[in-house]
Amino acid sequence: MMGPSIPAAHTVIGQSNPVAIGFFLAFVLLTLGITYWAAKRTRTTKEFYAAGRSVTGFQNGLALAGDFMSAASFLGIAGLVSLKGYDGLIYSVGWLVGWPVVLFLIAEPLRNLGKYTFADVVAYRLSPRPVRTASSLGAIVTVLFYLIAQMVGAGTLVKLLFGLPYELAVVAVGALMIAYVLFGGMLATTWVQIIKAVLLLGGATALVVMVLARFHFSYNALFGAAIAKYGTGFMQPGGLVSNPLEAISLGLALMFGTAGLPHILMRFYTVPNAKEARKSVFYATGFIGYFYILTFTIGFGAAVLVGKELILGIDKGGNMAAPLLAEVLGGNVFLGFLSAVAFATILAVVAGLTLAGASALSHDIYVGVIKRGASSEKDEVKVARGATIALGVLAILLGILFKGQNVAFMVGLAFAIAASANFPCLLLAIFWKRFTTKGAVAGILTGLFLAMVLILLSPTVWVDIFHKPAALFPLKNPGLFSMAGGFLAAVVFSMLGREKRAEEGFAEQKLRSYVGVGAE
Amino acid sequence: MPKSQTRPSAGIEDLLESPEFHALTARKNRVSLILTLAILAVYFGFIFLIAFRKDLVGAYLADNVTWGIPMGIGVIASAWVLTGIYVVWANSKYDVMVEDLRRKWGK
Repeated sequence: MMGPSIPAAHTVIGQSNPVAIGFFLAFVLLTLGITYWAAKRTRTTKEFYAAGRSVTGFQNGLALAGDFMSAASFLGIAGLVSLKGYDGLIYSVGWLVGWPVVLFLIAEPLRNLGKYTFADVVAYRLSPRPVRTASSLGAIVTVLFYLIAQMVGAGTLVKLLFGLPYELAVVAVGALMIAYVLFGGMLATTWVQIIKAVLLLGGATALVVMVLARFHFSYNALFGAAIAKYGTGFMQPGGLVSNPLEAISLGLALMFGTAGLPHILMRFYTVPNAKEARKSVFYATGFIGYFYILTFTIGFGAAVLVGKELILGIDKGGNMAAPLLAEVLGGNVFLGFLSAVAFATILAVVAGLTLAGASALSHDIYVGVIKRGASSEKDEVKVARGATIALGVLAILLGILFKGQNVAFMVGLAFAIAASANFPCLLLAIFWKRFTTKGAVAGILTGLFLAMVLILLSPTVWVDIFHKPAALFPLKNPGLFSMAGGFLAAVVFSMLGREKRAEEGFAEQKLRSYVGVGAE
Repeated sequence: MPKSQTRPSAGIEDLLESPEFHALTARKNRVSLILTLAILAVYFGFIFLIAFRKDLVGAYLADNVTWGIPMGIGVIASAWVLTGIYVVWANSKYDVMVEDLRRKWGK
């Protein structure tokens, strides 16, 4: 990735940066302090998985935004805008539009029906063992792909921003994340997420103010400077949406994938009731939308004030556009601050992912499947902690194993799996009386299988990674077909036979889902 | 559900059959569906415009600003407005219907 060709005269990026390390250590100390505080409040399952349901709607809104605003979206989208101009905006908008869907269809029923995982809801009326096995498979595979992308991103980023070796960065991220989750459970994870969200939003806002100050606070002047440098095409749609089918497929994966991400869904159990869950999505949508407007402005600022040449010279994916801009406008101190925020961002996201994965293993597989629902509170927390360590170590190993690999497609794949395996069955479990156990298992497995096989055969993996001449499946993101397949299998297999108990239970489920009677 | 659970009492069955409960779920489903279709229409409308009418999206609106800018920001703003509409509706109407139902049936 990095060679000795760094233009050292222009930037300190790529060299060891004590300011960044200082800021990062301050963040680590603060979050470990919080973890210590949270550890004393993390004994029961309700505390470990759901922060004792003590989080307010506003706090959860920030934490949801924190989960979603990954370093990849901050650095990646700013970079894309700086290199491609308007096309970057088109791309970023797609990431927001899943949130209204989460609010309208999923958040409140999920909160009312479930306890800790989305599998609670899918399995509500159905046979628990097969349904929990399938649902947790969907959850864990989603989490793993997302996690690999984050770990590899962390190693690469930290190497660039802090000048630390890749492996050290991966181990540091893994160890810290294990500490947060293992000792502080959801309470610590939530507060790490909130602090990071505030730092990221604050840092990005400061950067935008500095950019706009150079242009008399006029977007027109900023865009004018971009046009002067790169031509009028920079403000116009380019090649990003050349194939409408491609755009629809990616759009569907982003839109409905958000409503199927286990670490996002799990957050709704941390608030006391459905009303707070509802409010939290409203706040999250506000923060995330605002964040994309900031990121977009940062991208334009970097294009004008840093220039494509230097951005591409440091990292050909453009990921260093925002840090380079911070250096130009705020010097080494601001660069250090923003680098630390980017690192903190990765840390918080992987902690949320690991907790979601661990709860699928402990709550769904261990308690729901192996122990058939009969396990003591103490045992369950113990298993959840063990699963956290196992997943954390696995994340570190995968991060090292995938070093230098192109893993950018994995986040898209995680969204495709979430949209194809998790979302259809969650939606049908909530709204469809005739949904059956066979339908749920078939739907999840079909969605999962299609998403993975189609992405393997797609241009993203088959051509870009395996270097085959032509892709066997034409679209870069399989969302359209894998999601349709997931729904179709779930419906067809449900229609093949009736499940009396599931149908009889629907009325009671409706009462709980809509009115909250019996909700935990 | 554990097998030991008692059958729903007559009270609950009456509630589930009641016109108020039907109205509640129907209304909620309608609002959710309409708003979901609205955000789908906004987003895919934007994507289709970019796919088929690049000339429109790329046309300059003022000095240096193309129509694409307010369109893109408009999609973000629509997400805010639609979630806002839902929350205001749910806080002012839906929660009241739920409260009434709960009071009436002693839940």
